[in-house]
Formats: sequence, C-alpha cells, structure tokens
Amino acid sequence: MCLAVPSRIIEINNNVATVDVDGVKREASLMLLDDAVIGDYVIVHAGFAISKVDETAAEQTLQDMRNMLAFADQQQPE
Amino acid sequence: MSLKFVHEYRDGSLAKQLIAAIHGVKGAWMEGEPLKVESLPDNPKDHVQKPVRKKRRLRLMEVCGTHTMSIFRHGIPSVLPRGIELLSGPGCPVCVTAQQDIDAFVELALQKNVIVTTFGDLMRVPGRSSSLQQEKAGGREVRIVYSVFDALKTAQQNPDREIVFCAVGFETTIPTVAAAILMADEQQIENFSIHCAHKITPPALAALMETPEVSIDGFLLPGHVSVITGTDGYKEVFQRYQVPSVIAGFEPVDILRGIYMLVLQNHSGYPLLENAYERAVSKEGNPKARQMMAQVFDTVDAVWRGIGTIPLSGMVLKEKYIHFDALKKFDISPVETPEPAGCACGEILMGLKTPLQCALYGKKCTPVHPVGPCMVSSEGACAAHYKYMV
Ligand code: SF4
Repeated sequence: MCLAVPSRIIEINNNVATVDVDGVKREASLMLLDDAVIGDYVIVHAGFAISKVDETAAEQTLQDMRNMLAFADQQQPE
Repeated sequence: MSLKFVHEYRDGSLAKQLIAAIHGVKGAWMEGEPLKVESLPDNPKDHVQKPVRKKRRLRLMEVCGTHTMSIFRHGIPSVLPRGIELLSGPGCPVCVTAQQDIDAFVELALQKNVIVTTFGDLMRVPGRSSSLQQEKAGGREVRIVYSVFDALKTAQQNPDREIVFCAVGFETTIPTVAAAILMADEQQIENFSIHCAHKITPPALAALMETPEVSIDGFLLPGHVSVITGTDGYKEVFQRYQVPSVIAGFEPVDILRGIYMLVLQNHSGYPLLENAYERAVSKEGNPKARQMMAQVFDTVDAVWRGIGTIPLSGMVLKEKYIHFDALKKFDISPVETPEPAGCACGEILMGLKTPLQCALYGKKCTPVHPVGPCMVSSEGACAAHYKYMV
C-alpha cells in the first residue's frame, strides 16, 4: 500500500500532482500538503502526497552516518 | 536512471559498515539484568535436542508492514548477530483487522446493489464463512482500488449503485479517507460509504508494554505513520515505558542504522526516542493531515486481532458524517467471531511467537491457502517469512 520510494512532482493541476518514479507516472492528490511545488520530491501513500522529502536532511543524514561509523571504528580497533 | 533518495540508502559499503558496527557493540545483548523471559530457540526443531538457551537476547520489534517486507527482502535477519531477534509487531494493517470487521466487509458485499471497493490485500482474508474474493467469484461486485479516491470516482460514475469502501490502515491512510469523506460531503455524493476499521499506533505500543508476557528491548517505529504523527506522536508512550525507540525509513541502510541505534541505546542503558528518517519525518509531523483526521473522526476503543480491545486506538465517523457509515446505512451489526482455530497471528503481532512456531505454518497455511491474514497480506509476517525464508 505504501510506496516507499520518493516521487518527483512534474505537473500540478487542481491540487492533483502528476508524479514520476523512475519514468512511471502517477497521480497524487495534494490535499494533505500545503506547500508542494513542481520539482519537489514527495512521499506518496495510497494516492496522496503525505510529505515532502527534505533534501538537506537527506544529505545531512548520510554525513552524520559516516561520522558515526568513523567514530565507531575508532572505538573498537580489531 | 538512478532513483534519488534511494540508491544512497542501498549503498552496499555503507550497509556493510553498519553491519560491522552492530557486531562491534559487544555485550549489548548478553549483559543487562538476569533473564526476565526464557528466550526461544531460533528454530522450533532445535527445541528437542537443545535446552532453551538462557542467555538474554535483544528483542527488537518493527511496527510496520513495509519494514517487515523490506527486512525480509534484503535478508537483514541473516546479517545480524544471533543475539538480536527481529519481531514483526502490529504494523500490517490487514493483519491487525479484527475478524468481526472482515466479516462485516463480506456482509457488506452481500447487500443488494452494492459495489465493495477495497485495497487488494483484504480480498483473500478468510472471514467466518467466506472472503471478499470468494464473494466476487460468486458474482458479487468487489473491486480493488489503489486509493480511496478511486472508490469515490466509482461512486460518481455509478450513481444508481451504492459504493462501500473498506477502510483499513493506520495514521498514514486515515487522513486520505478523511479527505475523501470531506469531499463526498462537499459534493453531496450520497451513494458512498465506508466501514471504518482504522487503527492508531501509539496505543498499540502501550498495550504491548502493558502485557506481562511481552518483552521488547526496542521499537523500530514506522516511517510513514511517523510522517503524520511526527516524533512527538510517540512522546507520551515513550515517557511512560522508556523503551528504546527509533523511527526508521525503508531502505536497507535506513533499517540497519535504526537497528544500530537501538543496539547502542541498549548498550548504554539510556533509552531514547530518536528519528532516523529525518528526510521525511519531522518533530511535529503533518498537522494538516492530523487536522483532517480530527475533523472527520472521533477516537474510540477498537478491537485488534489477537490483542483484543485497546483503549482509544480506533476511529469512528463523527456524528456530522454518520451518513457515510456503511454499517448504519445497511443496518448491519458486527458479531464477535472467533479467529481461525490454530492461527497464531495474534501472538505473532505481539511478538510472542514467530511464524515458525505456528503449527499450521507451511502445512495447512500457505500463501495459496491462507488460514490467517498474516499469510494473506504481503506485509504479513507469515507471508514475508514464507516468501523469503523457505
Ligand atoms: S501461519 Fe497461517 S495460521 Fe499460522 S499464524 Fe500465520 S497466518 Fe495464522
């Protein structure tokens, strides 16, 4: 039921977005989001966009993870 | 084309490092207080030869059907230390649906002039006497929809028929159904109604913690439910029970990172409520979606499969929208029916058993002839186990 893959908004008509996931196009209602615009990545669940994907947070997460792993490495020298 | 926000989180080298880091936290699952519960053997067959191991294992529960699928698909159990056990909690929407609600859906399909619309996973769940699929084969109109909007469209296209939508699902789905009700109300679509078996997550976590036999060392919290509830949605439950809790996304790196954080919390002995799905989940969640939920539904006690009634864990239409209530419209009252004999779905949802510990698993119950919903739904623990572990 849940599409875990973020979809990109390529068109908006009447509060309904056309989203693209790897070339596959689908419609998603924007009724549950206030500020989505074309180009945004959104998470779509059962025909509705429920959240925007935060690009900065996504990059930060990867960075944090690498730092955390480097730290873990130092803590446990084999 | 590589998928944005996906391939980085499927990065094999990052996954390997996380696995090594998890293995590196020595002692997290051997120390701690002396055994509270006797751990179960990995495989019930071992039971006969070996005594039950007395070492304390770390029991982590994922509370989301999409996590269950992802965990099995990516073979995560096999890369973890043997001391870490992953349990599938009450996170598959079809699996937690009470038998009486399944029967109500089937009963609705039998009403004159009705078209039942449903998510595909519900079709094959056996009710007391038949399933939606069997009724469809017998000539009743049951249509699979991808979204509640498709159900609403069906109502607009068939003004002389009654369209009923089987509303199951958690916080992620509830606002979509609320949006459809608001739209149906505004556009006066009178031939549309729902039977609401929606459930909300935090009360279920509390119910698990209140059950004495249940022992859980950490919750991997559902990513997309959390999109709606926000981290704040779990605050109350977390403060009361102090169980390590991490919100996680669905790619292998997301899940491994979540598990690593839970292991670290257990190791340090300081439980935290953490968000490891920062790109989609915020502290406050999606207030607009929650507002719509609250506008359309009241929170009530609800029956969960195998668990029983959980206070304030379900939804009913508010008085103002009661004309969209299918049971009222067709004057059906749900009758309590026992769950299928021998099916351990309920215990599996509570982390008390694994699918292999159900006597029917793989014998009387297979994906072709499912006995319980955990074998029907692709998000169910038994189905995921069967698909990837046999
Ligand atoms: S294997 Fe079948 S009968 Fe056993 S718990 Fe799973 S769904 Fe129920």
